[in-house]
Amino acid sequence: MTEQTTGDLLRMTDAGRVHHAGTPTEVHALRSFSLAVAPGELVAVMGPSGSGKSTVLHLAGGLDVPTSGEVVLDGVSLGGLSVRKRAALRRRAVGYVFQDLNLVPALTAVENVMLPRELDGVPTAAARAEALAALAEVDVADLGDRFPEELSGGQQQRVAIARALVGPRRLVLADEPTGALDSLAGEAVMKVLRARVDAGAAGLLVTHDAQHAAWADRVVRLRDGFVVGTTGEVVHGVGEAPAGVVGGVAGGYR
Amino acid sequence: MSIRHSLLSLLAEGDRHGYQLRQEFEARTGGTWPVNIGQVYTTLGRLCRDGLAEEVGKQDDGSVTYRITPAGKAEVDTWWAGPVARTAPDRDETSIKVALAVSSPGVDVLDVLEAEREETLRALQAYTRAKTRIPDHPTGGELARLLVLDQQIFTAEAQARWLDHCEQRLAATTQGSAR
Repeated sequence: MTEQTTGDLLRMTDAGRVHHAGTPTEVHALRSFSLAVAPGELVAVMGPSGSGKSTVLHLAGGLDVPTSGEVVLDGVSLGGLSVRKRAALRRRAVGYVFQDLNLVPALTAVENVMLPRELDGVPTAAARAEALAALAEVDVADLGDRFPEELSGGQQQRVAIARALVGPRRLVLADEPTGALDSLAGEAVMKVLRARVDAGAAGLLVTHDAQHAAWADRVVRLRDGFVVGTTGEVVHGVGEAPAGVVGGVAGGYR
Repeated sequence: MSIRHSLLSLLAEGDRHGYQLRQEFEARTGGTWPVNIGQVYTTLGRLCRDGLAEEVGKQDDGSVTYRITPAGKAEVDTWWAGPVARTAPDRDETSIKVALAVSSPGVDVLDVLEAEREETLRALQAYTRAKTRIPDHPTGGELARLLVLDQQIFTAEAQARWLDHCEQRLAATTQGSAR
């Protein structure tokens, strides 16, 4: 496995997923889907339930394999890997943030963030230092000793983002990360995700919420397994997205 | 809603020149709605005509100072105390377009919806980007701007949801059964 420091952290090429192929119940969950996500990019996938957006996330994270096309994670094609190697790559390259049930209830925030690094074989002291740094990057450095039940929903999601990107991990896959939060807490979570991506991570966000998708550089819209549109520019590296004139949208008084 | 009450509310805080009113209005509403000086003077003229404000002096450079009258103060109090009437909104071009698309030969309403959705998302992205440039604990004009941006974001989000809803309703209607 070669270490790849530049280029796309995730590349999906003509990826398709068919369930029950060749039977009367055949379902095309996703058809010929292509997407690349580079460091510094946040991409949102939107669509109604059943549109294939969860399938995108499962394929991107190596939780499922495409029945056609290719998924390349951190420079490694998932297609040829054994289940065990796929799991190892997944653990090394990808972090997840789900709508809820992200954290282990019996562990403190810092222990939750340390967990993936300890599984990587990093010694406890080093893992703890990395975890504290990751918590500081999502503005909850002072909450490390709290248990999940002692944290607000928004704080829990920020800890989950810290865990997803602890150590060398640079790709975060987020599935409705703001789902159960009020609008301000949801905004705070999106701000943190955006900031981590601007600092060099790559993010793939699945949501049905246009307001949260708007934090992304690109918004891909799916329907019935097809891409029906993409909004936004492909951003190369970290940079200012195309200018949007806000004052001009509202117009003047009449 | 008119600029009339906004300017009157500023006059209630103290005497102002026309250009001061313009500057203050723009600063305190986040600079979102530019107003030209002609509109300001037209409005001040009407406020004076209606007895809600009066001219109280002219400086050497010809600029006039305006002052609110007791009737004007009462008008401002009424404005703050009551809601802005949710009367019939201005004709909304997107809803007119979608409504016509349903019955226009040779027009695919789904394509129309998709084009509108793309534009709505583009606007949402622009508003969100503008929001990221405001500091975490804004005050004054920046706080005003943030609140106005939030309003634009929620309005655009509602539009996006409505467009999704249109599509689902059309699908349900075509299938001949409600979901």
